[in-house]
Amino acid sequence: MISVIKAGPLTIVQDCGRPGYAHLGVPHSGAADLPALLRANRLVGNPDHAAGLEITLLGPQLRFNRDARIALTGALMPASLDGKPCPHDQALRVQSGQRLKLGAAQTGVRGYLAIAGGIDVPAVLGSRATDILSGLGPAPLRDGDHLTIGELNEADARPKPATTIDAQPKLRILPGPRTDWFVPGALDTLCRHPYTVTPASNRIGVRLGGPPLLRIVESELPSEGLVLGAIQVPSDGKPLVFLADHPTTGGYPVIAVVVPEDISKVAQARPGSQLRFVL
Amino acid sequence: MKFLPAGHNGLLVECESLAQVRQLYATLLRQRPAELIEIVPAARSLLLVGGGLDRLRRDLPDMPLQNGPEAGASLVEIPVTYDGEDLEEVADLTGQTPSDIIALHSSTEFCVAFCGFAPGFAYLSGLPESLRVPRRQTPRTRVETGSVALAGEFSGIYPRSSPGGWQIIGHTTLQVWDSTRDPPSLLVPGTRVRFNGHSS
Repeated sequence: MISVIKAGPLTIVQDCGRPGYAHLGVPHSGAADLPALLRANRLVGNPDHAAGLEITLLGPQLRFNRDARIALTGALMPASLDGKPCPHDQALRVQSGQRLKLGAAQTGVRGYLAIAGGIDVPAVLGSRATDILSGLGPAPLRDGDHLTIGELNEADARPKPATTIDAQPKLRILPGPRTDWFVPGALDTLCRHPYTVTPASNRIGVRLGGPPLLRIVESELPSEGLVLGAIQVPSDGKPLVFLADHPTTGGYPVIAVVVPEDISKVAQARPGSQLRFVL
Repeated sequence: MKFLPAGHNGLLVECESLAQVRQLYATLLRQRPAELIEIVPAARSLLLVGGGLDRLRRDLPDMPLQNGPEAGASLVEIPVTYDGEDLEEVADLTGQTPSDIIALHSSTEFCVAFCGFAPGFAYLSGLPESLRVPRRQTPRTRVETGSVALAGEFSGIYPRSSPGGWQIIGHTTLQVWDSTRDPPSLLVPGTRVRFNGHSS
């Protein structure tokens, strides 16, 4: 059992999400930087699908009411246990009564905390993930909440490698499905100039500032299915990259899709930072 | 049918009509390849996500398409009170009386064409021409759960309270979406729908 002394601005339960329900309008959801959560789970010996915490920009303060094994991955947030600094990217032993305090992310946007046994909240459609678009899953953590930890269920897997958080990440893209809705030079424009992450970004999608991408087809696009990493371009020409809580369908054309291996980089890109797209 | 790539494991199949989307969807459900994670129908397309896409791309053009309702398509009857805030306006827009609107809507058999916008939000096709109205100029910041609405070629029911721009003609107390229920949605693509209503 964990007591939430301070929740932080957006600390939510996440796991691998709820695939297979897009035809019902249910977003996939799951950790925005999934490799980081998987790494944390493996460091503490959890199965991949165990639920952990996704911590956005500023960390919570948690009191552990029993012994636990934990790991912190993703964005680098200064962490301390009863005031003593503790390292990132490795399994840590916590003793009953100890207080974990996480500070502001120094690089990146989202940190992950895995606890051996996983966070035990009711699953919705097979997942404990909080979906901020549809509202499915548990509510974000609030001061005074209590979290139950599940029984230990040791899995045997080597940890995934830690990812370095790039200051100006390069995002590989695959053209389509609607590249032909744009002027011939649009992909070129997208790849030649850096785009800036605007503050109007969240785990639904990252809105970018930069040279607008101009359309050649003026008619309305009947809404169609969307995939993770889709670069959608609304009427103003400014691209938006979809993340974990993206809607299942959208009515604006998608010029290209970021490859799955580079989604983490989008999820960790701070407002004000620049992204470069690469074919 | 046109095939367009959607990332490394997505295939967008653009269809000529909603009828073709439904045929394709029914066909794929019957012979669902194990590696497909998502099959997402929409107004003029079907998005496939998962493995085996190269083979599907090759086989789909020649696949005999399922005609008629999707296997196991059930009929859901929606009790509705036609007391919607936009009923009068819809009547004005279409040159009819509210009673005409109610009679027409409640005598139509709809079909769930696809879902989107929110979990359990079903786009119901089969709306007669004389009931087709545009979305509201200014969407509402809050539409009540269970609101029965019209926009373009579709009717719909808001599964939970949310912002919305459709024209509201009535309300139902039937919970079309319940994430704790199995199945969570009463309305899935292919479901036939009738509204049983009365004016307030």
